[in-house]
Amino acid sequence: MTTTSGSERVGGPVEPAEPADVYAAGERETTEGKIYTVTGGDWDQLLADSEGDQRMVVNLGPQHPSTHGVLRLVIELEGETVTQARTVIGYLHTGIEKNLEYRNWVQGVTFVTRMDYLSPIFQETAYCLAVEKLLGVEVPERATVIRVLTMELTRISSHLVGLATGGMELGALTAMTNGFRERELVLDVLELITGLRMNHAYVRPGGVAQDLPPGTEDRVRELVATLRERFGAIDDLLTGQPIWQKRLQGVAHLDLQGCIALGVTGPMLRSAGLAWDLRKVEPYCGYETYDFEVPTEDTADGWGRFRVRVREMHESLKIIEQAIDRLQPGPVMVEDTKIAWPAQLSIGSDGMGQSLEHVKRIMGTSMEALIHHFKLVTEGFRVPAGQVYVAIESPRGELGMHVVSDGGTRPFRVHVRDPSFVNLQSVPATCEGGLLSDTIAAVATIDPVMGGVDR
Amino acid sequence: MTAPQDPSQDDAHGKAEQTVGSPKGPGQDPSEDVLRAGHPVTPVSAGVGEPSTDHDRSDSAKTANETGNLGGAPLAPSPGAVTAPAHEPRAGSDMFGATFGGDTSGFGGLVRQQPAALSSPRPYGGWFDETVDALQEAYPGFGEAITRVIVDRGELTLHVLPGRVAEVCQVLRDSQNHRFELLSSVSGVDYIDQPDRFHVVYHLTSMTYRRRIRLETAVPLDNAHVASVTRVYPTADFHERETWDMFGIVFDGHPGLTRILMPDDWQGHPQRKDYPLGGVPVEYKGAQIPPPDERRAYA
Repeated sequence: MTTTSGSERVGGPVEPAEPADVYAAGERETTEGKIYTVTGGDWDQLLADSEGDQRMVVNLGPQHPSTHGVLRLVIELEGETVTQARTVIGYLHTGIEKNLEYRNWVQGVTFVTRMDYLSPIFQETAYCLAVEKLLGVEVPERATVIRVLTMELTRISSHLVGLATGGMELGALTAMTNGFRERELVLDVLELITGLRMNHAYVRPGGVAQDLPPGTEDRVRELVATLRERFGAIDDLLTGQPIWQKRLQGVAHLDLQGCIALGVTGPMLRSAGLAWDLRKVEPYCGYETYDFEVPTEDTADGWGRFRVRVREMHESLKIIEQAIDRLQPGPVMVEDTKIAWPAQLSIGSDGMGQSLEHVKRIMGTSMEALIHHFKLVTEGFRVPAGQVYVAIESPRGELGMHVVSDGGTRPFRVHVRDPSFVNLQSVPATCEGGLLSDTIAAVATIDPVMGGVDR
Repeated sequence: MTAPQDPSQDDAHGKAEQTVGSPKGPGQDPSEDVLRAGHPVTPVSAGVGEPSTDHDRSDSAKTANETGNLGGAPLAPSPGAVTAPAHEPRAGSDMFGATFGGDTSGFGGLVRQQPAALSSPRPYGGWFDETVDALQEAYPGFGEAITRVIVDRGELTLHVLPGRVAEVCQVLRDSQNHRFELLSSVSGVDYIDQPDRFHVVYHLTSMTYRRRIRLETAVPLDNAHVASVTRVYPTADFHERETWDMFGIVFDGHPGLTRILMPDDWQGHPQRKDYPLGGVPVEYKGAQIPPPDERRAYA
């Protein structure tokens, strides 16, 4: 795609005088170093360039409303057919894994929750399960039930955003407004439980940070009833709608073999017909005791993924109801005072703070408790050396935590196998040979979250 | 611990305070030193500097004698805590590291089992024996390629020679008794104290048998080459690019080993332990809080 030499062109890059490459940026030397000036060109000039050669390379993103976040797609087009699609990631890389190595084990939770920002509770739970496996502690029943409850709430909110942004990318703006509206209902309940809409840092090694506030059960039951009703609107709006069907059916096909070779898990894999859900096949947090189905489709396309996600939300509602029924009073943190976070927070006169009873106890009566509070908060507990890998089923697939400890108070290494990161590898397989507009649909149904991809 | 420590850190503390970029030794605070002196650290082979403070002298001299190194000669890198030779259980300190008096919790009396450094003894238990036997049968190179078999916390780890990883994966994927169809994750770990400091860790999943297995391989800094498994598991593409990007481990046979998370022109490999975290001090209520990698580390 370089210009022929000697051709006189008007309106090209400002400087230098005779660029060899029409795409090369103009440059000039300054005292600060070389400065590049990137300017646009004229469309006909660009087209003149590719005359006789219908192929064109288009950069989609990283700032593009249809690429599901800061994902950059480099697409080679022949007419409107995609002949090559490559993903470029890393625009949201924040070095969370490295940062974890400089914080204690409890502080790690506040970092992992920010990775896949649409499913924060899942990272927290996976991380805590890994730390607990290293410690060899068992979490109280109530804490586990609360984890399941919050995870399934998060799964719903995550799938709702998946549908909402996916709908928006395909032009169904009502799907977006509805999806975000419903999601906000879920986030309200999560806020009630954890104190924050997102980035909760609620699940902690050894249990959860706080017990459920009074009235949670009723709020959750109300929410379940509301969502059941509202989910009907998804069917009304999208499932039976011919445009939606045509945009998704037969689009972004990836069969079972392709999924497994590319490591794709989650709704994408289940849309290809394999009922692989870690909640069923490798149960954790007592999922084996809940009654729910693993929805699958056999179309292996965008339509199948949409259907799987919608049906999964219904299954999550079932799990939430069972979890609420199962809540028994009890501790939400391990009894071991060498691990358990020392205080229950309560709202003081300044709107924040420790429980007064706890402060009274550590300052007045128990020096041991004071020491433990101080040591746990400043340096944290030690975790026996070793490594573990824990995988759970996040809304996007297998979320794995490879956690290594050297016996100290900080993680030696934490690696997160983020499902979005792995699933994105299916972009070339699902998009090449299709139309440009189907590429958007493909990425929408893969539903990557760039915070998780780049970490 | 490969290089002599900052002189302010005597050997007994070098282990505890092994943090990249931490300018502060523990010797800054006398009371802390009293607390920590006599900490029964497993033989530490940090370069033995001059004992920095009086009350430390006897302790460090003792340690130097034990490890047979005097006069501050740099020692061979010792195995880090993770792979300390370990079949003999070690009496632990209490959960917070106090070693004398003070501990009324009883934790100090606990005997902690260190993770194994040599192969775990048979039987491994569960399906592990069966799987290892089947691999031995299906893979003729088992004897030289698999260096260690470790069972820890209910997880099976096979240590593989770096050049043989792809072969082993191929067998594990295709043999009837294994069927590890899915490569879940590839990650690197930088055990900076070991001669073969870079470990690449593969997590394989068998969807047929619903089992997981871990492969681990170790390479030194000056020859960080591992056979790529992309031919066996195409999903390894991104994983290996990330591991290259973060650790600088080269995967031979990878179709396009380029950076993936960092910019293309980035210098260095950020997840290495000797790569500083960076950061700026922050002010909070009038106090200056140092950046995270300069804060005190309790190891």
